[in-house]
Amino acid sequence: MLDVRGLRKVYEGAGRRVEAVRDLTFTVGAGELVCLVGPSGCGKTTLLKCVAGLLAPTAGEILLGGRPVTGPPPGMAVVFQEYGRSLFPWMRVGENVELPLKQQRMPKARRRELVADALRSVGLTDAAGAYPWQLSGGMQQRVAIARALAYEPDVLLMDEPFAAVDAQTRADLEDLVRGLWRARGITVLFVTHDIDEAVYLGERVLVLSASPTVVREQLSIDLPSERDQLHTRVAPRFAELRTQVYAQVQAAKRGAAVPAADVRTPTPPAT
Amino acid sequence: MKRPALRLVLALALPVLLVTVWWFASAGSTDVYRPPLRTILTTFPDVWTGERLRADVLPSLLRLLAGYAAAAVLGVALGTVIGSYRRVRAVCEPVLEFLRAVPPPVLVPVIMLFAGIGDTMKVAVIASGCVWPVLLNTVEGVRAVDPVLSETARGYGITGAARLRHVVLRSASPQIFTGLRQALSIGIILMVISEMFAASNGLGFTIVQFQRQFAIPGMWTGILLLGLLGFLLSVVFQLVERRVLGWYHGLRASSRRSP
Repeated sequence: MLDVRGLRKVYEGAGRRVEAVRDLTFTVGAGELVCLVGPSGCGKTTLLKCVAGLLAPTAGEILLGGRPVTGPPPGMAVVFQEYGRSLFPWMRVGENVELPLKQQRMPKARRRELVADALRSVGLTDAAGAYPWQLSGGMQQRVAIARALAYEPDVLLMDEPFAAVDAQTRADLEDLVRGLWRARGITVLFVTHDIDEAVYLGERVLVLSASPTVVREQLSIDLPSERDQLHTRVAPRFAELRTQVYAQVQAAKRGAAVPAADVRTPTPPAT
Repeated sequence: MKRPALRLVLALALPVLLVTVWWFASAGSTDVYRPPLRTILTTFPDVWTGERLRADVLPSLLRLLAGYAAAAVLGVALGTVIGSYRRVRAVCEPVLEFLRAVPPPVLVPVIMLFAGIGDTMKVAVIASGCVWPVLLNTVEGVRAVDPVLSETARGYGITGAARLRHVVLRSASPQIFTGLRQALSIGIILMVISEMFAASNGLGFTIVQFQRQFAIPGMWTGILLLGLLGFLLSVVFQLVERRVLGWYHGLRASSRRSP
């Protein structure tokens, strides 16, 4: 479904160049839920923006359903961390969800149906007439998720979507995402810095190295697909997987100390 | 229910006080140039008859409206282009700084040279003064569109005209309204000034006319009328703004409550 091959991204700024992503290769199968986890500042957001077609990679390519991504592809929706800045504050919740559909020139009846269905899925049927800023942070993020769902994407990208909400809301939203993924069969690429979250949600976890980023390890999460906050998180297998991912992330952080020196070198390292 | 009443009392207190002071201070005045307020007020209905409102006030208002509308459209359109492209901004900025530093009344004689002394000249004068605050505020507003919002729109394929309409202009609307509010007061000033230079009707013309004929109470009524007109226009403006920017005031109020 989603193929990332030899992705490399170097930011060229005033007199300095920062290699954010060095060489990333991975695939996400159709209907899979893959979590990307890595130390803070490891280029996760850069990677996600490249995948979303919002940033042009320096080298390598990204294929969505076999076709190369050169701009934001149809059939892909992104949910950002900053829910407060990704919803349009001048539109009511319903209009926010509907706008991308309007842009596709979808007939009105169908649009209404999708908007109502998406808001129902995230438990916000009653909030359609409210403005986003009248809602709590968790509810705003639900609106952003509803907007992505109504868009009927093949691939849903989520960039640390729950980093800015409180712990209880976060647990609810994790279950929501997992539930929606199972119900709708969407392919999900979920970026997070939270190891527990990655293990709890993912079918597969990719551990990234510190910047400049490469894939450090891939772990298959062989937990039962029926998961809940109460039991899954205390299961012995969860603890094992969590420890493995944790060790990898720690190693990635330590590893960062050495190559950090060549991050700002004027000449690019040969790859 | 007591609070609106209290607000009304607070809003009216100072105007009432000022008028009272004016009334008593001028009560026994025999100075021709400073007639008693009582005289001015009794002259008011005699001067501003329906006929005169139609012949002088209406043309003034229409010129103001035409000039203001032209400035608003031009300012928002140019401001959007300049704000959207860094290159265009780099080219235009020095010129804009120069042009907006020129006091608009100075342009009246210049514009008279090629636009004559008719309505075109007055509309052009009003537009040329009003356009700057709208233009400069639009540039700032368009530049300040949130990058996350912008990327979200792009990700959902909202580009081109839809992006302009639903994202850029809406996001810039608070700044655009700031510009429009500044432009409104400039517009009223230029309306009067352009009519004082060369006109056969209009509020500015009438006030100057009264002054030349030593119809001093009449002149004062004209000034009062101008003040009232400016006040009314700003009330209308506020009503429109509250409607269009309701979301913005709500957003600000909610972010003040939860920082």
